[in-house]
Amino acid sequence: MEMTGARIFVNYLEDEGVEHIWGYPGGAVLPIYDAIDTDAKKLNHILVRHEQAAVHAADGYARSTGKPGVVLVTSGPGATNAVTGIATAYMDSIPMVCITGQVATSMIGLDAFQEIDTVGVTRPIVKHNFLVKDVNDLASTLKKAFHLATTGRPGPVVVDIPKDVQNAKSNYEYPQEVDIRSYLPVTKGHSGQIKKAVEMMLAAKRPMLYTGGGVILGEASAELTQMTHKLGFPIVQTLMGLGAFPASDKQSLGMLGMHGTYEANLGMHHSDLIIAIGARFDDRVTGNLEKFCPDAKIIHVDIDPASISKNVMVDIPIVGPVQQVLTEMNAVLDKTDSKSDEAALAEWWAQIEEWRATDCLRYDTLGSKIKPQAAIQAVWEVTKGDAYVTSDVGQHQMYAAQYYPFDKPRRWINSGGLGTMGFGLPAAMGVQMAFPDATVVCVTGEGSIQMNIQELSTCLQYGLPVKIICLNNGVLGMVRQWQEFFYERRYSMSYMESLPDFVKLAESYSHVGVQIDDPKTMKAQLEEVFSEKYKNRLVFVDIITDKQENVYPMIPAGAGLNEMILV
Amino acid sequence: MKHIISMLMENESGALSRVSGLFSARGYNIHALTVAPTEDETLSRLTLVTSGTEQQIEQIVKHLNRLIDVVKVLDLTEGSHIERELMLIKLSATGDMREEYSRLTAIFRGDIIDVTGTTYTVQMVGQSQKLDAFINAIDPGLILETVRSGTVGVLRGEKCLHI
Repeated sequence: MEMTGARIFVNYLEDEGVEHIWGYPGGAVLPIYDAIDTDAKKLNHILVRHEQAAVHAADGYARSTGKPGVVLVTSGPGATNAVTGIATAYMDSIPMVCITGQVATSMIGLDAFQEIDTVGVTRPIVKHNFLVKDVNDLASTLKKAFHLATTGRPGPVVVDIPKDVQNAKSNYEYPQEVDIRSYLPVTKGHSGQIKKAVEMMLAAKRPMLYTGGGVILGEASAELTQMTHKLGFPIVQTLMGLGAFPASDKQSLGMLGMHGTYEANLGMHHSDLIIAIGARFDDRVTGNLEKFCPDAKIIHVDIDPASISKNVMVDIPIVGPVQQVLTEMNAVLDKTDSKSDEAALAEWWAQIEEWRATDCLRYDTLGSKIKPQAAIQAVWEVTKGDAYVTSDVGQHQMYAAQYYPFDKPRRWINSGGLGTMGFGLPAAMGVQMAFPDATVVCVTGEGSIQMNIQELSTCLQYGLPVKIICLNNGVLGMVRQWQEFFYERRYSMSYMESLPDFVKLAESYSHVGVQIDDPKTMKAQLEEVFSEKYKNRLVFVDIITDKQENVYPMIPAGAGLNEMILV
Repeated sequence: MKHIISMLMENESGALSRVSGLFSARGYNIHALTVAPTEDETLSRLTLVTSGTEQQIEQIVKHLNRLIDVVKVLDLTEGSHIERELMLIKLSATGDMREEYSRLTAIFRGDIIDVTGTTYTVQMVGQSQKLDAFINAIDPGLILETVRSGTVGVLRGEKCLHI
C-alpha cells in the first residue's frame, strides 16, 4: 500500500509489535507525530519532558522486559539531548532503536536550523546507525535496525530520517526477511571448547563462577542456576549481573569488584579457575590488572569475540550465546564420568565461609541518624525483596546493590557502564509502563534526582506510581567519599547547597511527598509508602541520611582484589 | 610490529569514518590508509598499516569485524603476501644533479614521468622500505614534494580476500 514515510514508520512499528515509544516532538519529526495521531492503533507514545529521559525510559523498559526500547526525537538538540541516553544503553549492551528526525536531504550540510550530523555524533556510541535518504529504503532499514539491536551482543541503533523522506511516498509492506551480509552473530559455542572447559572445571580445586550482565541479556538465568547447583561452586556476580543467580542462595557470595564483598573478592583472588560468563573484566571488577587473580586459569564465555582477552588473557575462550553454551555445558556435565574434587571443594568452601564470617556489610546501627544501608534494607523488607529497583549513580547505587539482594533477573536496573546520574527516575518510568501493577522503586540521591527531576511531570501525566527513595545526605556522596580518602578531605564542590523541599516539590506535581529523618519511625513510614493507600500514587520519599557514612568494602584505584578497605 | 590489515567493506558513505573512528576512539595507530572501490561496485577495499603488540592487533581485527559495514578482514602480515606502494616525488634537478637523479632513478627501477628545466618528477613503485631508501639517497633540501599512496597488498598464491 502506498503511503508517506511517516506513515510507513508508524505502521512498521505496529507490525514489529512495538508497544511503547518514548519521545518528544519537534520540527523535523512533525510528519511522524502526525502519523502517530492518524495511524497508531496499538502503539502508545509517551511524552517525556527531556529527550535524555525518553532514552532512559526506553532503556528501563528494555532492561526489565528484554524487548527493544524505542525512542523518537527531533533533529539537532533533540538528537544531542538523546546522546547521553544512547551512550548509557551502549555501555550496558541494551537493545534499543532510536529514531531521530533530520532536516530535509536538500538542506543537509548547509548548517540548517536544528541540523546536526546525528550519524556522526552518535557513531562511537551505537552498535550501528543509518541515515535514510530514500523512502523506498525506510522499511528495510527499520527492519535491519531492530535486527541489529536485538541479536548478537545487543545495543542501540540510531535511524536518522530526514523530513522530506518522512513526507515522500512509497509502497509499504512489512519486510519479513533481513539480510546483512557482514553481520552473522555466532549462534553456537564451539563444542570442543565447551568439553575442554567442563573438564577444566571438574579438575579445579578452588573454582569461582564470575557472571555478568550477559547472563541476563542472554536469558540464561535458569541455565546458570542449574549449572551452579550441579557444580556446587561458589558464584560471584557483577553489578550488571545481579539477580541472574539468586542472591539468597548459599552458593552466592554477592557482588565482586570495587565495592564487592570480602568473600567475593578474596574468593576471586585466591581462585585457581575463574569461569567468566557474560562478563567483561571491567576495571571496576578487576582492580589492578597486574595483581588480578594470580593463580587462576580463565574460561570466558561471551557472545562478543572482542570482549575476550581484551583486558585479561583467557585460557579457554568460548564465543557463543550464553544460554546455548550453558545448556551444552549442563548436558556435558550430566554425561561425563569425571567428578569434581570433593575434598578440595570442601576445603575451598571452608576458607570461603571463614571470609564470609567477617560480615563485611555490617554497619553501625546505633546513633540518631538514619544509615543509608538501613534505609535500603528497610525498603527490601517492606517490598519483600520483590520490587523492580532502578537506581541513579553514586553511593546510593552501591548501597542498593549491596543491601537489596535480588533473586530474579531483570529486577535491578542501573547504569553500570557509563554511570549516568539522572538515569533512575526515567528508567523507572519505563519499567512501570512495562509492568503497570508491579512495585517499582527508584533509589536515588539528592544529587542524581535533580538531573532528571522534570520527569515528575511525565509521571503525573501517565499516572506512574513510582516510589522514589531519595537518600538525601546533602552531599555528592561518592565524590565526597573519594575526596575524603584520596584528596585529604578537601570537599571541593561536593556539597549540595540550596536543596529544594522535595516534599513540597512532589506535592506541586500532585504527587505524595514524605520525609523520613528518624530511624525509629523509618520502617513504619515506609510501610505506609508501600501500602495499598499509595498503590496508585507516586511517592517521593526524602530520607535524611548520615553524611559521614561511606560505602565499604572498597578497593582503592590501583589496588588488587585482596587489598580491600573494610569498615 | 607492523601489520598490514586489508578489508572489504560496504561501499557506502560513512563506512570509512567508522573504521578511522574505531582507531582514534581506541587509541590504535594508523601509519597509512588507502581505500578504493573494487570490481564489485558494492564493495570497497581498504588497506591500512598499523602497529602494536600481538594482543592489540588481535583486538583491532576483532573490533573491525564487529563493524557492521566491514564485510571481511584479513591481516596480510600473518601469511605470505605481496605489498606495494606508489610514490610520486618531485625533485629540484639542475646541473649535475639531472644526470645523477636519472641514474639513481634507474637503479631503483623508477621512472621520471615529468620534466621541467629545473625539476624531475619520479614515479616509484615497491615495498615501503624501498621508497624510504630512495628518499634517504637524496639530499632532503632538494626534495620539493613527496606523495605516497600507502601500502596495498594481496596474499601470495591462489588464496584471495573475497566474499
